[in-house]
Amino acid sequence: MSPLPDAILDLGPQLAEHVLLCAAAVALGIAVALPLAVWASRSPPVARVALGFASLVQTIPALALLALFFPILLAARSVFGEDLPTLGFLPAWLALALYALLPILRNAVTALANLDDELIEAADGLGMTSWQKLRLVQAPLAAPYVMAGIRTASVWTIGAATLATTIGQRSLGDPIFAGLQTQNWVLVLAGCFASAGLALVADGLFGLVERGFAKRRPALVITGALLALAGIAGAALSLVDWRSESRETVVIGAKSFSEQYILGRAIGTLLEDAGFVVEYREGLGSAVVHNAVASGAIDVSVDYTGTLWANELGRSDNPGRAAMYDEIVRWEKENTGVAVLGRLGFENAYGLAVTQQTAERYGLESIADLAAVAPQLTIGGDPEWFERPEWTAVRDAYGLRFGEQRTYSPTFMYDALISGEADAISAYTSDGRIAAENLVVLSDPREALPSYDAIVLISPRLAGDDAIADALQPLLGSVDVATMRQANYAVDRQDDKWPPERAADWLLKQVAR
Amino acid sequence: MGSVPHAFLRFDALGKTYDEVHAVRDVSLDIARGEFVALVGASGSGKSTLLKCINRLVEPSSGRVLLDGQDVLDGPPAPLRRRIGYVFQGIGLFPHMRVAENITLTARLEGERLPDKRIAELLELVELDPAMAKRLPAELSGGQRQRVGVARALAGDSHLLLMDEPFGALDPITRGQLGERVRRLHDELDLTTVMVTHDMAEALLLATRVLVMDAGRIVADETPAALLAGEGGDIAQALVDVPRAQARQLAGIGK
Repeated sequence: MSPLPDAILDLGPQLAEHVLLCAAAVALGIAVALPLAVWASRSPPVARVALGFASLVQTIPALALLALFFPILLAARSVFGEDLPTLGFLPAWLALALYALLPILRNAVTALANLDDELIEAADGLGMTSWQKLRLVQAPLAAPYVMAGIRTASVWTIGAATLATTIGQRSLGDPIFAGLQTQNWVLVLAGCFASAGLALVADGLFGLVERGFAKRRPALVITGALLALAGIAGAALSLVDWRSESRETVVIGAKSFSEQYILGRAIGTLLEDAGFVVEYREGLGSAVVHNAVASGAIDVSVDYTGTLWANELGRSDNPGRAAMYDEIVRWEKENTGVAVLGRLGFENAYGLAVTQQTAERYGLESIADLAAVAPQLTIGGDPEWFERPEWTAVRDAYGLRFGEQRTYSPTFMYDALISGEADAISAYTSDGRIAAENLVVLSDPREALPSYDAIVLISPRLAGDDAIADALQPLLGSVDVATMRQANYAVDRQDDKWPPERAADWLLKQVAR
Repeated sequence: MGSVPHAFLRFDALGKTYDEVHAVRDVSLDIARGEFVALVGASGSGKSTLLKCINRLVEPSSGRVLLDGQDVLDGPPAPLRRRIGYVFQGIGLFPHMRVAENITLTARLEGERLPDKRIAELLELVELDPAMAKRLPAELSGGQRQRVGVARALAGDSHLLLMDEPFGALDPITRGQLGERVRRLHDELDLTTVMVTHDMAEALLLATRVLVMDAGRIVADETPAALLAGEGGDIAQALVDVPRAQARQLAGIGK
């Protein structure tokens, strides 16, 4: 068995899109940087501004730069119309091109500034126009240095492009993000090896071109450039074949945690069984998923009522589970055109969990029971929990006053509970570890904690599509929290870890019963 | 000599200032067709600036330069420069171009091509093996490079040859040989030559007319014979005294 090579070989489409994305980004970077460098070489203020801007861009983390293009493009829609894509290729291309700008620009400006003054005087003295001087003297003499900049930019871009996954652009980041979330290290390594390998190949080819320029051996330049172009053309061709089969595709989005991967795959399987061609955009940033489905960048997603309530509707009240759901269905229909297909049945809400022994010892069933004994107990939460409105709400509703309050990283929170360091913890109610550790999630009779019903969203494009609605019908209302916890645990656990696809199949079998 | 040669190149009250500093002050003189003029002077005397005003590598602050009766400032500089052969102090061969490409560059700027036969002929003019056409400048010696530089300046069939310290970087033997060769080419090709040099001996040996510059002005304008006979004033004579004294010392050692 050789899972790693198999995983790498499965990455064909991701590799091809990665290559095309990087090639397009570096090409745009070159197209902007070279004229700018020529202009900068003739005007010191332009040089200062251009280099300053490019350096500034470089200080923005690549992940943030990619994410920033979403609101920028959203704003640009007022100029370019509603068809302007805000996720996927366009923002990834623009952000990476900006990132590629600096090394090319800096090398080109430096090379032009440091050309031998005597050669420039010779060029003038022989009667070259400024264009001839650029073409015959400056460009060829600066070429090796410019090429070195392009080489650096390419390697950076290939690395940074793995982050394009988070804004819905297929890339070699897909297996890395999927693997990180489901702790499938084979997938992570496959993505890393593939992108590192690609970077090495690009570095080698552009190194060849650079040496060819430096040693004035055109054969090297042409060989390197042709091989690089052949790789790009190959990537494009492979995608054309692959795309032509899948003209009518339904794109399924998933945020970057196990439950989302599992549900995404379950939805995909049902749609494929119904004859649809399915594509996955997994590992999306949580904040962009709703906008992605509203803009049609993805067609199907699973979201949570409490999340939409606060982030999209901008509400902070808590009308109760049913009213919240109804209001979201109405709001989406009127404001975004997104169809809420229905509830899956379980909630992934914030809750308070205790061990079975603690529950038995104090007779705990609800948070109200907990309030009575809280002063003797210690509560643990992840660092974010004690800052969230949910904590304030539940604390005030039940008058919770714990003896002690501790924060843990999410991974250690459960260990702290099992080992008795904490007596109660904040938990996501569908977390697999609740079932695995036989924990008790205390009920919330006063409905202080907002509900986080898992719901299926359909993009406006497919909102009225009965075939999709029919295909997904088996999932609606039939995934109970115990089933979801078990599926999540199968993917999250350390031993006998399942890939999300397998957990999805298991989930579908449970649902079909 | 008989007939008076007409002014092929005329400086008319030419001046050039850099930030209040006068590099060239009020220079007026005529150079006739066929003259080999040496511009001699100490560093900073303005001789290179004066030379560069001819092909507009330096734009004058005042006055005019007339070439064949035409103000060089009329029209764009590039076509003017292509009509004038120019040999650079730093040689200025383009390192990414082969010898042949360097030589044909001026023709290429005009959109023309030089036949291989013409390249071979130009290389032979400067006493280089035509087989060198395929070499890169880095593969040549300093003397060979400057020979290519001279061939490049001659390639445009220009009748005016400007040379800025052309032999400064060469060893003495190469320097002497190439100087003589250039002088013979000047005669054979019927050129008008203006050469900047700080070496009075070189000026006396090669030129038909020596202009001595000091602080931006022409302080002496004599033939080599007149200078050797003691004409031209103190500054010129101080410069002539250098090779003269050396010659005397050498003669003394020989005895």
